Amino acid sequence: MTGAARPEEGVLVEARHVTRILDLAVPVRLVHDIELKVESGEFVTITGPSGSGKSSLLYLLGLLDVPSEGEVLIGGKTTAGLSSNELAALRLSRLGFVFQFHFLLPEFSVLHNVMLPMQRLGRLSERELTERGMALLDRLGIADQAEKMPDQLSGGQRQRVAIARSLGNDPHIILADEPTGNLDTKNSEVVRDIFRRLAEEEGRTIIAVTHEPAFAEAAMRNVHLVDGEIVSDTRHPD
Amino acid sequence: MFWRVAFSIAASQLTHRRRQTVVSVLGVALGVGFFIGVSSIMSGSEKDFVDRLVNSAPHITVKDEFRDPAKQPVFIRFPKAAVKLENVKPREYLRGIKNYGEKVDELSQRPGYVAEAALTGQAIVRYANKDMSASLIGIDPEKEKLLTRVAEDMREGRLERLRTASDGIVIGSGMSTRLSLKLGDLASVVSPAGQVKRMKVVGIFHTGNLMLDYGQIYMLLKDAQVLLDKPFIANQLRIKVPDPNAAEGIAAALEARWGYRSESWQEVNRDILGLFIIRNAIMYSIVSAIMIVASFGIFNIISTVVLEKRRDIAILMSMGFREADIQYIFLMQGFIVGVLGMLMGWAIGWGILAILGQVEFTVPGMADRQGFVLDKSFQQWAIGGVFSLVAAIGAAWIPARKASQVHPVDIIRGAV
Ligand SMILES: Nc1ncnc2c1ncn2[C@@H]1O[C@H](COP(=O)(O)OP(=O)(O)OP(=O)(O)O)[C@@H](O)[C@H]1O
Ligand SMILES: [Mg+2]
Repeated sequence: MTGAARPEEGVLVEARHVTRILDLAVPVRLVHDIELKVESGEFVTITGPSGSGKSSLLYLLGLLDVPSEGEVLIGGKTTAGLSSNELAALRLSRLGFVFQFHFLLPEFSVLHNVMLPMQRLGRLSERELTERGMALLDRLGIADQAEKMPDQLSGGQRQRVAIARSLGNDPHIILADEPTGNLDTKNSEVVRDIFRRLAEEEGRTIIAVTHEPAFAEAAMRNVHLVDGEIVSDTRHPD
Repeated sequence: MFWRVAFSIAASQLTHRRRQTVVSVLGVALGVGFFIGVSSIMSGSEKDFVDRLVNSAPHITVKDEFRDPAKQPVFIRFPKAAVKLENVKPREYLRGIKNYGEKVDELSQRPGYVAEAALTGQAIVRYANKDMSASLIGIDPEKEKLLTRVAEDMREGRLERLRTASDGIVIGSGMSTRLSLKLGDLASVVSPAGQVKRMKVVGIFHTGNLMLDYGQIYMLLKDAQVLLDKPFIANQLRIKVPDPNAAEGIAAALEARWGYRSESWQEVNRDILGLFIIRNAIMYSIVSAIMIVASFGIFNIISTVVLEKRRDIAILMSMGFREADIQYIFLMQGFIVGVLGMLMGWAIGWGILAILGQVEFTVPGMADRQGFVLDKSFQQWAIGGVFSLVAAIGAAWIPARKASQVHPVDIIRGAV
C-alpha cells in the first residue's frame, strides 16, 4: 500500500514575513516579505518570470534554506532557530522533494533509490521497505522497471521514480520545482496527473513551481511572483 | 541500522571508481605487509637477543671495584685546601669482596633470588705441547646452573661433575678442538701466580659464541682460589633476580649499600639496547612514510568522489540526511579502504613471513648457521591493522568534512 496521508487539518505550511537576502559582496534579494498560508490538502502552483524567486521560495518552504527575516511554520510550529539536524529530521519525515532534474543516484537500482529515504528513517524492516518501494513504483505505473538502473529509463520514467522516492516516508507535504520542466508534452501530462491525484485522492499538500499554464490550471490555487514578491494569489473554482 | 545504508552508498561509490580504489587498497596493503615482515624480524631478533642476554649471564654482577677511586685521607680532612699534592696514588685496597659468604647468604634468602660468589682470573691451558690462554671462573655448579645457560649448553659431560670429580674443569668446544683435549683428559692449567695444576676435563660446552667456546673455562671456586693464590677471596657476586627488568634498580641499591660496582645486564648492554631503540625508530619512520603515501592515495580518491558526487550529496541532504550522515558515508569509504588494505596487508605479511622463515645465513662470531628469529605474535598484526585504519580514516576525514558542508541549495540551483 502507498498509504494515504492521514488528513491533517488547518494550515500546514506558512511563511510569515519571509525575506531572503544573499549576503554577497553585492547583497542579492531573492524573496521579500512573503506572506503565505497553505492549507492541508491544497494543490498550489507558484508561477512567475524567470529569476522572480520561485525556486528560492520553495527552498525556504522546504527547509533547505533559512530566511534572513521572518519564519516558516510547518504544521503550525515555527522552524526558526532549529538546528540543521532538526531541519533534516523534519525534511525526512514530513517533506518530499521533486526537482526539475531527477537526481537519482546512478549506482543504485530504481527500487533502491526509492527505498533510500525510508532506510534513513529506519522505521520499517528490510522486507517492508521493499514491499512499500514496489507498491509506490506500482502506484506510478513503473513497477516493471524496479530492478533497472536509472540510466536505463526514459526521462518521464525517471521523474516518476523521483516522485515515488519523495513519497517514501509518507510526507504530507510535497514540494516540486518545475517537475515537468524537462519532459515532453505526454510525460508532462502524466506527471501533472500524478500530482493532481496525490492531492485529490490522498489529500496530500502540494506546492509546485511551474512555467506551464496547463500545470497551473490543474492546481486549485496559483501564487504569482514577480521580483521576489507575491503579486497575486488566486483560487480556481472547482 | 543506518550504517547499512551508509555502507551501501559508500561501497557503491567506491566500486564505481574501481581502479583508483584498488590502487589505494594496494598502497595500504603494502604498508601493512612490509610492517609485519620487518617488525617481526626486528622484534623477533630483539626479543631473542634480550632473552639470551637475560638467560646467559647473571642479571647483576657485583665486582670488587669502585666507580670512583677512594678519596685520599688528606682530601677528606681538608676538602678546600689550597695546597696541591702531586703524585698521590689512589689508596690500594686488598682486592676481593669482603664477607662475600654473608652477602651471598643474605641475597639467597630473598625470594626468587639466586646468588653465587665467584672468582675470575686468567690462566693458560696446556695440553700436548699446545697452549691457549683462557678466562677462568671459579663457581658453584648448582648455582651457576640457575644463573647462566652453561649447564644447558653442555655438549659432553656435565657441569655438576665439577663437584664430584676432584680438580675438574669444563672447557668450550673450540678449545677442545684446538688442543685436541677430550672428555676425561688431564690438562695443565697455569696461573699468572705461577701455580700449575693438572686438571681433568669433566665437561665440554658449546654456545655458538666463538669467544666463549675458545676462551672460557669453569672450575670450582675453591680450585680457582688455590690456582690464583687468592685463598678465601671472591671478586664477583653473580645474582639472578625474579624480575629481570628490575635488575637495574636493584643493582643501584646494592651499590649504594656496599659500595662495590654493581652492573645490571641493562648497564652492560646499554649500547646494544640503545641500538634497538634506534632500529625501531627507523622502522616506524619508514612504515609511517609508506602509510602517509597510502593516505594521500585515499585522500585523493575520496576527494574526487566528493567532488563528483556533490549532486548526490545535495539530494541526500534534501531527502533528510543529516550533515553527520554525509560525513559518516565518506568516513565509511576510508574505513572500507582501510579494512581491505589491512586484510590484504595481512595476507602479504603472512607471505613475507613464510619466505623469511626459509632464509638461513652465517653471522660473524657465531659458529652455526642462523635463521631469522621471527616474532609471530599477535601484536605485529594488530599494530599493522591499527596503522592502516588510522591512515585510511584520517585521510578520509578532510574530504568527508567537506562533503558534509555542501549546501544543497547551491548544488540544486546550479544543476542546470
Ligand atoms: N547564489 C546566487 N548568487 C547571485 N544571485 C543569485 C544566486 N542565487 C539566486 N540568485 C538570483 O536570485 C534570483 C532568484 O532566483 P531563483 O532561482 O529563485 O529564481 P526562479 O524564479 O526560480 O527562476 P527560474 O524560473 O529561472 O528557475 C535570480 O535573479 C537569481 O539570479
Ligand atoms: Mg527556479
